[in-house]
Amino acid sequence: MSFLEFLMSRWPTILSLTLEHLLIVFIAMVISIALGVSVGILITKNKVAAQIVLNFTNILMTIPSLALFSLLIPVLGIGKIPAIVGLVAYTQLPIVRNVYTGMMTINPSILEAARGMGLTEKKILRTIKIPLAFPAMMSGIRTATVMGIGIGAIAGYIGAGGLGVYIFQGISRSNDQMVIVGAVIISLISILTDRFLGGLQRKLNR
Amino acid sequence: MASLSSLLKVLLYGLIGLFLSIWVVQNPQDGLVARLVTYDKLAVLLLQHFYLVGVSALLAVLTAVPLGIALTRPGLKSWAPRVLALVNIGQTVPSLAVVALSVGFLGVGSLTAIVALWIYSLLPILSNTLIGLQEVDSSITEAAHGMGMKGRHVLFRVELPMAAAMIMAGIRTAVTITIGSAILAAFVGGGGVGNLIIAGNNISRWQVLVLGAALPVLMALMADVIFESLEKKVRV
Repeated sequence: MSFLEFLMSRWPTILSLTLEHLLIVFIAMVISIALGVSVGILITKNKVAAQIVLNFTNILMTIPSLALFSLLIPVLGIGKIPAIVGLVAYTQLPIVRNVYTGMMTINPSILEAARGMGLTEKKILRTIKIPLAFPAMMSGIRTATVMGIGIGAIAGYIGAGGLGVYIFQGISRSNDQMVIVGAVIISLISILTDRFLGGLQRKLNR
Repeated sequence: MASLSSLLKVLLYGLIGLFLSIWVVQNPQDGLVARLVTYDKLAVLLLQHFYLVGVSALLAVLTAVPLGIALTRPGLKSWAPRVLALVNIGQTVPSLAVVALSVGFLGVGSLTAIVALWIYSLLPILSNTLIGLQEVDSSITEAAHGMGMKGRHVLFRVELPMAAAMIMAGIRTAVTITIGSAILAAFVGGGGVGNLIIAGNNISRWQVLVLGAALPVLMALMADVIFESLEKKVRV
């Protein structure tokens, strides 16, 4: 079977796996961004907590994704939920670290001026700290999302679905076409997402 | 004294790995684990893992550093931004996709794993070599030329020593990433500690899984500490 014939006959499966992949990564990233940004903001209030959280997320990231997913199986079973939990855990570090450093590197004189003008801490956070830390946050979110797409492929191994399934099945059936199609689509999604978020970043920073 | 504390860290990680292995071998959950995890088998898997990482990282250094040097020489300088952009795109490609593509073209086996890991670890070293060499202040190289040093001397006595820390940082990133990605080699018949994770999943024994997860983490942490101290050592 030629490559084109393969694509023509399998495109419904390929499309549904791609959509499934995007959905899993999207859900995981929504949770991850919400969690990461709030944790990143919260730990700016306490240096010790910040150290603990940053070290913890750092260690989480060194655990090989395949191993982390496998370790989640006894706890959460097989399927999309452990995959999403694993993805959220993995993508915390870039988001939390960037939110934290973004907020900590704000010029203190700006904050003092804001306090001098009588702004409450809540208002300072909303109108000064978050907008000023926004570029750093966005670059963390970009890194995390691109990572999430790649790790989402590995989640196919624990029954989460998505394009990883195509790669793993292709390897075990020694079907090179499946493997290559899966790999190429995942790579394209990663590259395009990176490009898109990079463009968004530039636009928002202007 | 930084070297002493890093030595202690390396020892600590090594001991944790050793005790964990001894504990699993001595107190297996059941007969299946006892048969699967023995000292001999662990040694073989660890050696395979070292081999995969070592060969691919060595190949990556031997190709990326000369390529980075070539791309900062006058003749090829104009190509550097394009190559850097390509490398940046390459770095967003997930490791599983690189391994899978390598399988697609080379079939299964340890060669496939090494090629995939080599390509994947090439990128951070190349980008750091390029950036490190580009960041060397041009007034310094001009001064070196003015003192009558030849191009080759300027490269080896001035540029490379100044870029060494940056290159070493790239090697550090590459090696730590490769130790984690080498787990995927188990899927393509390359062996390594990833075999433990696959086996642990197939027979669903948490001890095997934990060991398979912990050993690469400890190896990555050790490599990180070792290359961090090397990085400090070569910094000018």
